[in-house]
Amino acid sequence: MSKLNELTIAQAQDGLAAGDFTAVDLAEASLAAAKAAKDLNAFITLTPEIARARAAASDARRAKGEALGPLDGVPVAVKDLFCTEGVLSTAASHILDGFVPTYESTVGRNLIDAGAVMIGKTNLDEFAMGSSNMTSYYGPVKNPWAGPAGEDLVPGGSSGGSAAAVAARICPGSLGTDTGGSIRQPASLCGIVGMKPTYGRCSRWGIVAFASSLDQAGPFARTVEDAAILLGAMAGHDPKDSTSAPHEVPDFRAAAQGGVKGLKVGIPREYTMDGMPSEIQALWDQGAAWLKDQGAEIKEVSLPHTKYALPAYYIVAPAEASSNLARYDGVRYGLRVDGDTLDDMYANTRGEGFGAEVRRRVLIGTYVLSAGYYDAYYVKAQKVRTRILEDFTKAFEDVDVLLTPTAPNAAFPIGAKMDDPIAMYLNDVFTVPANLAGLPGISVPAGLDKDGLPLGLQLVGRPFDEETVLRAAKAIEDAAGFDALPKYLGGQG
Amino acid sequence: MSYIIQGDTGDWEVVVGLEVHAQVTSQAKLFSGSPTAFGAGPNSQVSLVDAAMPGMLPVINGYCIEQAVKTGLGLNAQINKFSVFERKNYFYADLPQGYQISQYLHPVVGEGIVTVDLADGTTRDIGIERLHMEQDAGKSMHDQDPTRSFIDLNRSGVCLMEIVTKPDIRSPEEAGAFVRKLRSILRYLGTCDGNMEQGSMRADVNVSVRKVGEDGYRTRAEIKNVNSVRFIMQAIEIEAERQVEIHENGGEIVQETRLMDPVKGETRSMRAKEFAHDYRYFPDPDLLPLELTDDFIDGLRKTLPELPDAKKQRFMDDMGLSAKDATTLVADRESADYFEAVAEGRDAKKAANWVTNDLFGALNKAGLDITDSPISAAHLGKLLTLIDDGTISGKIAKDVFDIMWETSGDPEKIVEEKGLKQITDTGAIEAAVDEIIAASPEQADEVRQGNDKAIGWFVGQVMKATQGKANPQQVNQLLREKLKG
Repeated sequence: MSKLNELTIAQAQDGLAAGDFTAVDLAEASLAAAKAAKDLNAFITLTPEIARARAAASDARRAKGEALGPLDGVPVAVKDLFCTEGVLSTAASHILDGFVPTYESTVGRNLIDAGAVMIGKTNLDEFAMGSSNMTSYYGPVKNPWAGPAGEDLVPGGSSGGSAAAVAARICPGSLGTDTGGSIRQPASLCGIVGMKPTYGRCSRWGIVAFASSLDQAGPFARTVEDAAILLGAMAGHDPKDSTSAPHEVPDFRAAAQGGVKGLKVGIPREYTMDGMPSEIQALWDQGAAWLKDQGAEIKEVSLPHTKYALPAYYIVAPAEASSNLARYDGVRYGLRVDGDTLDDMYANTRGEGFGAEVRRRVLIGTYVLSAGYYDAYYVKAQKVRTRILEDFTKAFEDVDVLLTPTAPNAAFPIGAKMDDPIAMYLNDVFTVPANLAGLPGISVPAGLDKDGLPLGLQLVGRPFDEETVLRAAKAIEDAAGFDALPKYLGGQG
Repeated sequence: MSYIIQGDTGDWEVVVGLEVHAQVTSQAKLFSGSPTAFGAGPNSQVSLVDAAMPGMLPVINGYCIEQAVKTGLGLNAQINKFSVFERKNYFYADLPQGYQISQYLHPVVGEGIVTVDLADGTTRDIGIERLHMEQDAGKSMHDQDPTRSFIDLNRSGVCLMEIVTKPDIRSPEEAGAFVRKLRSILRYLGTCDGNMEQGSMRADVNVSVRKVGEDGYRTRAEIKNVNSVRFIMQAIEIEAERQVEIHENGGEIVQETRLMDPVKGETRSMRAKEFAHDYRYFPDPDLLPLELTDDFIDGLRKTLPELPDAKKQRFMDDMGLSAKDATTLVADRESADYFEAVAEGRDAKKAANWVTNDLFGALNKAGLDITDSPISAAHLGKLLTLIDDGTISGKIAKDVFDIMWETSGDPEKIVEEKGLKQITDTGAIEAAVDEIIAASPEQADEVRQGNDKAIGWFVGQVMKATQGKANPQQVNQLLREKLKG
């Protein structure tokens, strides 16, 4: 039997049901693993009191025969972009110093209602802006996987802490958010499963906003089945979020078992990128072969506007961010740096409170919305967005799901690409289109590169068809049989 | 009735457009469930959304949309089935989000018309350009502490309608009449209480001037946040004079925002910093576009009350009132309702006389509103009936009215208790007449010799003897019979 912190959600559930161990045992194992893996810097705040209290409550429910479901008593980590009642919530930014919300995000509330046990708040890129977790005010997160010479690598971003916590076997599942790839890219770089559902599937209420039309919460786990379980608990219509969809939540866990026989899988030819490592191309081809072997039909499709996705994203996302972040002004909560005038106070607070990448994006966003530039940038980018959605809609007339690489590279050393924002932005080249079009996407670990680092494959589906995405992901998972382990396991690396 | 400013170089006219901000009457704010009542303690009506806490999202209050659409219908305006909420970005301490959610390129209501009534009895049509919805900001208080400013977010998120006119207004009087008429329509609809003292209505006034006969418009200035009809009219006068003087001295008008100083009687330029914003409007990604169905709009149309123009027409056509009385009575819904209750089953013209002259006169003198009237419509109606059926004379009725004003009493009881009933018993009047004639032989002779004027003296004597209760017509008739018959 594995150590408790190494169990999957499904395994933990079976053990709890069988009475092999308690939720308190699971929580203690996760807390201990988190403490041992402190060096990863995956957490900004650990919440041992909350973990123990919720675990004890879970055990009490189970003792009375009132267990809530597959997540009851299961430890999870929560990206520190989610507001948590009574617990410091930072967005990894200096500007939210000391901010303790009086409210719980809807997704967080859904997990509490499902009996999940929060062990802590995970590190991230500041305000979720980054692909490496390097922009956090609380310092970078280390990928549990190390480079060939033992060098420290980034976990990807922005949900780097949530990905690292699951990859390092601190807990079986965690919450992330994905605006341009912030779940799928770190999942790929950390060798785990990460899913961004359809825009509107999970409520955004209570999640610190980065780019409102793109942000979407989603799960990290080590298996597709676990991701399906978590997503099922997170999702659902929320009247407090006008963009949340009034759709029933299907049984994702059951859907994931559906198999791919007869499924039409599209390979978008525009996703072949110059300079992409050949092993990524090879893995992609391998993925298609795996699906074909299990009865899927593979078809090449075209998404002609793909090359405009990244530039459009880097107009739309900063534009919305520049406005969303205006509320951090030092007036009501978080950091305040005084000044002689109100304007001075704003400048001092925001100048000190925001890191360089956040400042860069606020400036870009302010610029593209400015009088005289709005039409040339923002309006144009929205038109591109419409074209990209049309590309997908057309492709999905012929195929049921798309298969692509998740990221154009494996994990890279901490500190790399920091002098070149464009190189950093390129990490999201395969993930951004699904955000622009609002589509569900998942990254599944599928193999290792020449340095023994994990690589993921991405599946993208029709709006609100997470079920098909999960089916295809499960088929890749089964065929890949990915069982490589990172250097750090619960801190025991 | 044209408003002309005579300058050294010729005659000038003013061109005015108004942007009226009207607070929507609703229990809850535009995007949150917080209450909106006026006068609550600072920051006692603030939700997480209103304070722009991290992760909070706006949700449209459907009732506010109904109110805006109703207003659009009341302004005879185009209802746009597709409209969009956008973000107007600027920093201020009482604007928690750092942006105001407002409609910009796609307002919920398009062009409409308001007919205003002018003092000379004529009317003018003022075009409505658009009506859009937006959220209010909070309030900064700079006078509470020597070194700090305080912020009250109670108003933050309250739903406002901004009603924009075309530049159709040509005089301070028209501007005043427009605002009064608009306020009247909003009150009839119940979509805004129109209370300017409490800030429920305020206006930005756009003013330019041009030579009489000139086409096109000259550069305008905008006077911000004027909060009474009187100040709006005053602001136009002052600003127009200022602009004429500048034009005549060869200067240029700067397109700018100005503030009205009613104490000094001037408008002055706001510092450039206070308005030089690039608002960076873009559609709010937290809200979907607002789409209205025909059923929704038609459903609201059916709930509209009779509005002042229709009511005025009915008062004139069906009840025979003069345009002047009808205009006065329909100015607010309560007055019209009061009048209709008084006139019910009675002579409408007489009812209008009593309401517009006696009652409004007394209310004005006492500084009271129709809703505070000590005399109820039912009682005033009864008083009219007492006159009509001859129970009291018109003259006695004035006395009864005064007692009703003081005591809020029922006129029937007052007449009863004070013994004010008109004496119609011919015998009693005849006795009084005989007595007076017997006591005044000289005067009686004068009448008999043909001096009709002397009859008046007798009438007065008889009325005096009966404390005014004798029916004056009967007295007159009896005197004529006895002295001349």
